[in-house]
Amino acid sequence: MPKASITFQDIGVTVTVPAGTRLIEVSEKVGAGITYGCREGECCTCLTRIVSGHEHLAAPSVLEDQVLKDNLAPRRHRLACQAQVLGGSIVVQPA
Amino acid sequence: MRPAADLDGAVPVAAGVHWIGAFDPDLRSFDIILRTANGTSYNAYVVRGSHGVAVIDTVKTNFSETFFRRLESIADYDEITTIVLNHLEPDHSGALPELLRRAPGATLLVSPQARLMLKGLFDPADLAGRIAFVGTGDSADLGDRQLEFFNTPYLHWPDTQCTWLAAEGVLFSADFLGCHYCDTRLFNDAVGDFRFSFEYYYAHIMRPFRTYVHSALDLIEPLPLRIIAPGHGPILRQSPRDYVSRYRALSASRLRCANTRTLLVFYISAYGATRRMAEAVAAGAESASSATGEVRVSLYDLEGGDAQPFVDLIEEADALLFGSPTINGDAVKPVWDLLSSLTMVDVKGKLGGAFGSYGWSGEAVPMIEDRLRRLKLRVPLPGVRARLTPTADDFTACHDLGSEIALHLLGRATPRTIDLAQLA
Repeated sequence: MPKASITFQDIGVTVTVPAGTRLIEVSEKVGAGITYGCREGECCTCLTRIVSGHEHLAAPSVLEDQVLKDNLAPRRHRLACQAQVLGGSIVVQPA
Repeated sequence: MRPAADLDGAVPVAAGVHWIGAFDPDLRSFDIILRTANGTSYNAYVVRGSHGVAVIDTVKTNFSETFFRRLESIADYDEITTIVLNHLEPDHSGALPELLRRAPGATLLVSPQARLMLKGLFDPADLAGRIAFVGTGDSADLGDRQLEFFNTPYLHWPDTQCTWLAAEGVLFSADFLGCHYCDTRLFNDAVGDFRFSFEYYYAHIMRPFRTYVHSALDLIEPLPLRIIAPGHGPILRQSPRDYVSRYRALSASRLRCANTRTLLVFYISAYGATRRMAEAVAAGAESASSATGEVRVSLYDLEGGDAQPFVDLIEEADALLFGSPTINGDAVKPVWDLLSSLTMVDVKGKLGGAFGSYGWSGEAVPMIEDRLRRLKLRVPLPGVRARLTPTADDFTACHDLGSEIALHLLGRATPRTIDLAQLA
């Protein structure tokens, strides 16, 4: 299975994951500072800054796009409960 | 005690501005967490312009009749062009569905963050085609006067906004700068002494959102305030800026040591094992920063202290480590008492960790770690568990835990690479 790596910059931990993993599936287990509310892509609590590797994430859904817009999210920010890693290396930080 | 005006009618607040809320003097607890010795009020307002009437907030559902009676005393429903809900909490939005029905020409203005809650509170059919989302920089035109909006999230709901009527210098501040204090004399220069209620309300409602309080104050302080009209409690028309200043003082950092990161180790111990682990954790943290003194390490025995002073310390700390033995498959009550008190303050993003001695199964450490994560702390390292009497290796692991957390605080932690399977 193709692998990807996610670096949680706030705790200095890089996790090797199977492609297709969502950020939420890793960040909670590793104890990173990304926090969660609804877990359904609506509340924007898990807004996350993609420091690098944005292109390795699946494109946001219509719902995620709307929530990012409603909450005035800056560029290169995603919802960790929605963002799915496709491969390669990405580096993230809590927003 | 003489009421501000006819108790069935609207109360003038400023030119073209009336209070149309409701008094709830018998309420003795609010939202479970607040005691309300003086009851409360649900403040709602009407603003009349040359080309429209705005209603700002409504009341709790069972006070709707009073609200509509007051509203009808100063406006016809077909005059209402705008309904503003500064946040959707039910004590302010209870009369909304009926108001929308009675005022078919009105548009509801809420912040974008209200979108999520609207679905949970109201029948979408009542709202279809009648909502507009507004934020900082947006305004609503009433002809000769405008309402301007300031997005002030998490004070104390995600969708909280403040509405500013520049023409009269009136800020409709939602729950921000409010309090539970019911007094029919209504205005701060006429009611009884409500200072305790004002500060109690801040401590229980606003304190957990301190950083958002700062952001809101940055928006509000430059305004030429003449009147603050909050969602609960007295209308602040005498020296309104004093209340803004008080919020600034209440939300300022306490106890902070300049240029020093603080790491607190809390423990409780039955036979001394968890205590000695705590001492090793603290020693590890000390060793990581002893050369520079950049981390101040403190050790506290929970058996000898009350939760509240510890909560004050925790609010200002950068890292928190908790040690608990496991008794009957759980961490012990003083630990939970403290951890359950942390919803009173903002602990998001602080570093956390756990350790403890156990006899059979050792659930306390993972349970504490889980609680810390749910409180939105970062928990970057696995906790240390020692069966009964800690071994030399256990003490080394405790020392390393303290040291690594201190290094995290200083941005000098060793980067780690792990596989997802190791985290399962």
